[in-house]
Amino acid sequence: MEAALEKILKTYREKEGNVISILQDLEETFGYIPENAVNWFSKKLDIPESRFYGITTFYAQFHLKPPGKNVIIVCRGTACHVKGSDRLISGLRRTFNLPEGEDTTADRKFTIERVACVGTCGMAPVALINKKVHGKMTSNKLIKEIKILEVKKTDTNNEG
Amino acid sequence: MERFRANLLMCAGTSCVSCGTMNIRDALKEEIKNRGLEKEIKIVLTGCNGYCAQGPVMVVQPEGIFYQSLTVEEIPKLVEEHFLKGRPYQKLMFKEPEKKIAIPTMNEIPFFKHQVLRVLRNRGLIDPEALEEYIARDGYQAAAKALSQMTSGEIVKVVKDSGLRGRGGAGFPTGLKWELALRTKSDMRYVVCNGDEGDPGAFMDRSVMEADPHSVIEGMIICAKAIESRKGYIYVRSEYPLAVKRLQIAIDHCYEAGLLGKNILGTGVNFDLKIYQGAGAFVCGEETALMRSIEGKRGIPRARPPFPVHQGLWDQPTVLNNVETFANIPPIILNGADWFSSLGTDMSKGTKVFALTGRVKNTGLIEVPLGISLKKIIYDIGGGIESGRSFKAVQTGGPSGGCIPEKFLDLEVDYESLAQVGSIMGSGGMVVLDETDCMVNTAKFFLEFTQAESCGKCIPCRIGTKRLLEILNRVTSGNGKEGDVELLEELGQDIKATSLCGLGLTAPNPVLSTIRYFRNEYEAHIKDKKCPAAVCKELLIYSVLEEFCNGCGACKRACPADAITGKRKKIHKIDSELCVKCGTCFDVCKFNAIKKQ
Ligand SMILES: Cc1cc2nc3c(=O)[nH]c(=O)nc-3n(C[C@H](O)[C@H](O)[C@H](O)COP(=O)(O)O)c2cc1C
Ligand code: FES
Repeated sequence: MEAALEKILKTYREKEGNVISILQDLEETFGYIPENAVNWFSKKLDIPESRFYGITTFYAQFHLKPPGKNVIIVCRGTACHVKGSDRLISGLRRTFNLPEGEDTTADRKFTIERVACVGTCGMAPVALINKKVHGKMTSNKLIKEIKILEVKKTDTNNEG
Repeated sequence: MERFRANLLMCAGTSCVSCGTMNIRDALKEEIKNRGLEKEIKIVLTGCNGYCAQGPVMVVQPEGIFYQSLTVEEIPKLVEEHFLKGRPYQKLMFKEPEKKIAIPTMNEIPFFKHQVLRVLRNRGLIDPEALEEYIARDGYQAAAKALSQMTSGEIVKVVKDSGLRGRGGAGFPTGLKWELALRTKSDMRYVVCNGDEGDPGAFMDRSVMEADPHSVIEGMIICAKAIESRKGYIYVRSEYPLAVKRLQIAIDHCYEAGLLGKNILGTGVNFDLKIYQGAGAFVCGEETALMRSIEGKRGIPRARPPFPVHQGLWDQPTVLNNVETFANIPPIILNGADWFSSLGTDMSKGTKVFALTGRVKNTGLIEVPLGISLKKIIYDIGGGIESGRSFKAVQTGGPSGGCIPEKFLDLEVDYESLAQVGSIMGSGGMVVLDETDCMVNTAKFFLEFTQAESCGKCIPCRIGTKRLLEILNRVTSGNGKEGDVELLEELGQDIKATSLCGLGLTAPNPVLSTIRYFRNEYEAHIKDKKCPAAVCKELLIYSVLEEFCNGCGACKRACPADAITGKRKKIHKIDSELCVKCGTCFDVCKFNAIKKQ
């Protein structure tokens, strides 16, 4: 971890970065903002941790918890809402049996997120499965895609 | 340069790519090679063509033949018919909806026919990653003219005379903004492009940045000369990775070609341009919040004045304009103010790009002259409402806007007319709603958004939107009380009167405009405990339509609450006591045998 942090620090110094750019690099590297990374930067740069957390919790891009192996993002933009994207989310939550307030499955295989407009409203409702855009989604299609993922993952696990 | 007999302009916008453009490209390449046509036919991947509803799409130049809904299977036949036999392939053409006659050329298709492309002038015609293709279509001529032949004052005057108003929502006159910044004494001024595109249901700016990044950069270079700035930023939301990539490539090419950096085109003008990636907060689209975000802080707005033109980024005078505003600049400089103002209404000149979505047949990105009627947009370009249902309202301006009912369909669209009917132009989201959409739910949807995105700095917005949402939740769940509508109106007005920034000032609009035109729907929820459009979950009752049920059992298996009973091949039943109203049975039934009311 230390090496990765040093690298981020280096870009920060070279590119006249700011706290947001550090956090963006952390998110990119780890998929979330690890607590000990914040402590590390806070000490190195003499910036209070509260500055980091203030910014982390303000912007939607940053997460305080690590994501599951597969991230499914459902668009909650207007066009997708009109075409029933809330049902996609409730369908997913039911499939994964997610309790209220939890976005990641207990086995850490799946995380559900929402985003305000992917920018492909013409094919609403839209879901991103591991960053790939899928348009004209229905609950059933989405769940089918997820089943495929589950199978694929076990396949590669077997090979590896 | 090599000459080709035909250019295949394939749309590589996000929408078409996710419908399979890349596989089709590979199939085309293969087929063209097999037929020995590689020297005659060239494939070009362009930015978004706009007709997202028919994707993947492709235009064959020079004839301008438009092919839609491409599939890998059809490619061999297409290549054979069109390029070997010289017979354009009708099967993949757009069909006139009633008589089903194929319309071969793009300009004849109704979706394109009524559009006027100025901002999207290079739409679907160039490879966005190739500077020379932009230049071949008059690119950077305006910058060269502005930098070498015009003074700052002259540039400002042309932009002012053109009547161009900001396309980011508020419609402030662009030339005036530039003039104010130029007049503010300082040795550092900034040019900032707002590519945050926060309206959840709009993708105009994304499309411009992805399909024609140089048009934005050129506009910014001209602005830099006009206000004597040496440094600029493009603020792009991080959800738009392709836009960031394309802009970065374009900026790199400009530096290599001497169009950015020191002594641009030998004119002595210096201008550096950098991309700044936003981290995802709606309020950061607001200008003062955006600048704080670039400074690396929480993006919280501040009171104005001082305005950014006087005290902006790092307290220096700053011109902040929207993506589409900048993309409008080069043709104004080249063709003059009169050319620009020849289109539009008295107060609003030029064209506007809209993202037309929702319940229309032809969803996509369109550019139309201001002053066009809503009816023309929705029916002539949009092709009317899908599945033959009836129109209810059109939502413009996103979370800051409102819903416009049928009686105003003849309205000529401009900044003033939309404001008069309780909505706003906004950045250009246009979502069409039909009889199956509940207006109370729509208002609640936007409130959920603004409430979550409120930065929390001022009380009317932070607490007011929360209370508004609570009341709406009450109404949509069947617990609405007599007087709730009046309470919503009063609270909405108060929030509008007292909030700090544009977010709070406009957040009640969706609620107020739906009350104004669809009060009866609110009353039905409150008095009759019914949702007329059958949308609000808690007010619905699900039942089985016996005449359609064939006892397949799909609903019973899918029901998460075990509320459905019935033997195989026998009519099933829903126990309304156990039903959690999730709607799964409705979704899974293939025989339309589930009724919700
Ligand atoms: C809450 C809020 C969000 C905004 N979001 C955007 C946005 O996403 N894009 C944009 O160009 N302008 C947005 N604006 C408007 C900007 O504050 C500003 O007026 C605009 O970018 C100025 O550019 P223009 O004059 O070219 O329109 C927003 C305003 C508010 C209050
Ligand atoms: S609203 Fe979902 S992609 Fe725009």
